[in-house]
Amino acid sequence: MSERMLPPDRELDPQVRSTGTTVVAGDDARLPGAPGGGLLPRTGGRSSVRRGDRVFRGLSVGAGVGLLGIIVAIGVFLVYRAIPALQADKGNFLTDQNWDPNALPPVFGIVALAFGTILSSLIALVIAFPVAIGVALFISHYAPRRLAGPLGYVIDLLAAVPSVVYGLWGIFFLNDVIKGLSAFLHDYLGFIPLFAADGIYGRSILLASVVLAIMILPIIASLSREVFLQVPAANQEAALALGATRWEMIRIAVLPFGKPGIIGATMLGLGRALGETIAVALVLSPAFIVSLRILEPGQGNTIAANIALGFGEATANGRGALIASGLVLFIITLVVNVIARAVIYRRKEFTGGTL
Amino acid sequence: MTVLTAGAPVTLRRGHLSAWVLGAVGVVVLLVTAGLFAVTPLEGTAGFVIVAAALFLAAQGVVSTVVEGRRRAIDRTVTSAVVFAFLLALVPLVSVLTYALRQGAHRFDVEFFTHSLRNIGARDAGGGAYHALIGTLQQVLITTVISVPFGLLVAVYIVEYGRGRLAAAIRFFVDVMTGIPSIVAGLFVLSFWTLGLGQGFSGFAASLALTVLMLPVVVRASEEMLKLVPDSLREASFALGVPRWKTILRIVLPTALPGIVTGVMLAIARVTGETAPVLLTAFGAASINTDPFHGPQSSLPLLVFQQAQDAQQTAVNRAWTAALTLILVVMVLNLVARLLTRRNRLER
Repeated sequence: MSERMLPPDRELDPQVRSTGTTVVAGDDARLPGAPGGGLLPRTGGRSSVRRGDRVFRGLSVGAGVGLLGIIVAIGVFLVYRAIPALQADKGNFLTDQNWDPNALPPVFGIVALAFGTILSSLIALVIAFPVAIGVALFISHYAPRRLAGPLGYVIDLLAAVPSVVYGLWGIFFLNDVIKGLSAFLHDYLGFIPLFAADGIYGRSILLASVVLAIMILPIIASLSREVFLQVPAANQEAALALGATRWEMIRIAVLPFGKPGIIGATMLGLGRALGETIAVALVLSPAFIVSLRILEPGQGNTIAANIALGFGEATANGRGALIASGLVLFIITLVVNVIARAVIYRRKEFTGGTL
Repeated sequence: MTVLTAGAPVTLRRGHLSAWVLGAVGVVVLLVTAGLFAVTPLEGTAGFVIVAAALFLAAQGVVSTVVEGRRRAIDRTVTSAVVFAFLLALVPLVSVLTYALRQGAHRFDVEFFTHSLRNIGARDAGGGAYHALIGTLQQVLITTVISVPFGLLVAVYIVEYGRGRLAAAIRFFVDVMTGIPSIVAGLFVLSFWTLGLGQGFSGFAASLALTVLMLPVVVRASEEMLKLVPDSLREASFALGVPRWKTILRIVLPTALPGIVTGVMLAIARVTGETAPVLLTAFGAASINTDPFHGPQSSLPLLVFQQAQDAQQTAVNRAWTAALTLILVVMVLNLVARLLTRRNRLER
């Protein structure tokens, strides 16, 4: 794993060694066996050079370690703040569906929130995934070469729109569309438990999921597009030369090659959906309940949205409880992200975008 | 192969569907869909388009199977499906932008940009986002001032110095850090700075939370750019006896600068639109607070969120105008950043 994660700019080393060129700083430290890639020349040199290098290297190592420290600190401080609230909890944090951390005695549990979080994110993924893969294929293999760049940029703009704007649009525009769709789904597919309803639609988990789907679509699409563009031309040309149609070529050459990238991109999208706060907080009519009825208002809530909505009125203990729920969210997204990145890292040349 | 042994005369060429046949299929599908919507309880523009698209896929598949054979038919169906997927993805973007333009226009006036919400209730007309603009500007500025040097140093470490397990770990966790939910960043600063150190709500606390979000983006973007700097430049500098740190500061960073600027602008665009961490750390305020280090402050996205939660139309109008402003800021940042890349792109 560590071998693969080395930055790929190290071609310098063999050249330096083979030509026997003496590089002023860091030459001998670059040789294999030098610990930690140190750069200071072992042999005596001008001391100002050495000091400058030492200071600069120290700064950059410090920044890198500091960044790791931030991640650790996030975990530590969330745990530290969550513990008092968890101790005051008179319910079972893992199984209680209520969320009354401001009451006396406080009773709250994570199960309803976690369920709503995962349910809404999974539905969002189901909606976004096929569209995102289609978009990625369109840009990488179907659109005219000249247009591919600008069209990719247009899709990236979807990711640039702030989530609060999606939330606002979700309440005032998309909600009406979803109401119609919900009525249709209930009328014709109402026998599926997911589509059960009592005739009131909108502000539902489905609405939240559709908004989430729109928000994670550009993430999945742009990462998948990158892997699709990295498929070796030889593989694709070989398939075409054997008489494959374009789709057959994609099926036998592009998709197998891109599979780890697609999986990684999807997991990243899932991670983003799980943690999305404001859009969900705006569109959802929340309730602390484990329910599969995704068409109705007041049938669920998510961890992140609950933090945003509950923060204003929270007592000290309420804040602790919200931090505890944030800790759960942090752990869930961390696991999803680590798996996603590990899958992506397995393909060395693909390092993922900045999204 | 089996086809050749079948005995019947074999042609390798199958029929080909011309564009006008497909056009005709399209027209028929539209007519059928219109008929369906007239007779059955189906309704709505969105529904019409979806039903028509599905019918077109099916009809094209059938016609193509008959004329061109199964393989070509599948190919055609996938091609159409891929195009539909792309068009479908454009719908929300266009819808959000046009809707925001229409709704935001109501209050897009001078008062909005020169007044705060002090003593303005939800029902009151007037008021504006001046205080939120100040908040956003200060918070994003402080965030940038912290994140950019910090992020650049991390990127320099990864690209120029990083070896072994530590570098691998840092690279990996930078990527993981991009996935940390913004609300968690807010909670972190809340528990560490606001509650832990007893600092209270402030714009600076919001900046700290935004830094957690901006940092990995800056690192990733700078890292990509630093990697593109050709090694020959570094070698030339070393050969002239320039120490490593000076090489990095004078040769490597300036060469990568345009790309880094682009990455930083995209990162700024991203944090400018963040609401949740600002809510938890700056809390929001209706009055003007020009001191980012003391007292609650608002920000543009936070104003959108808080005004949108009011059911009053006047508040909602303010939310839309603030949202429109936010979209404009973010889009301009994005566009400028992309144009910069196009102009000064380092070749890979």
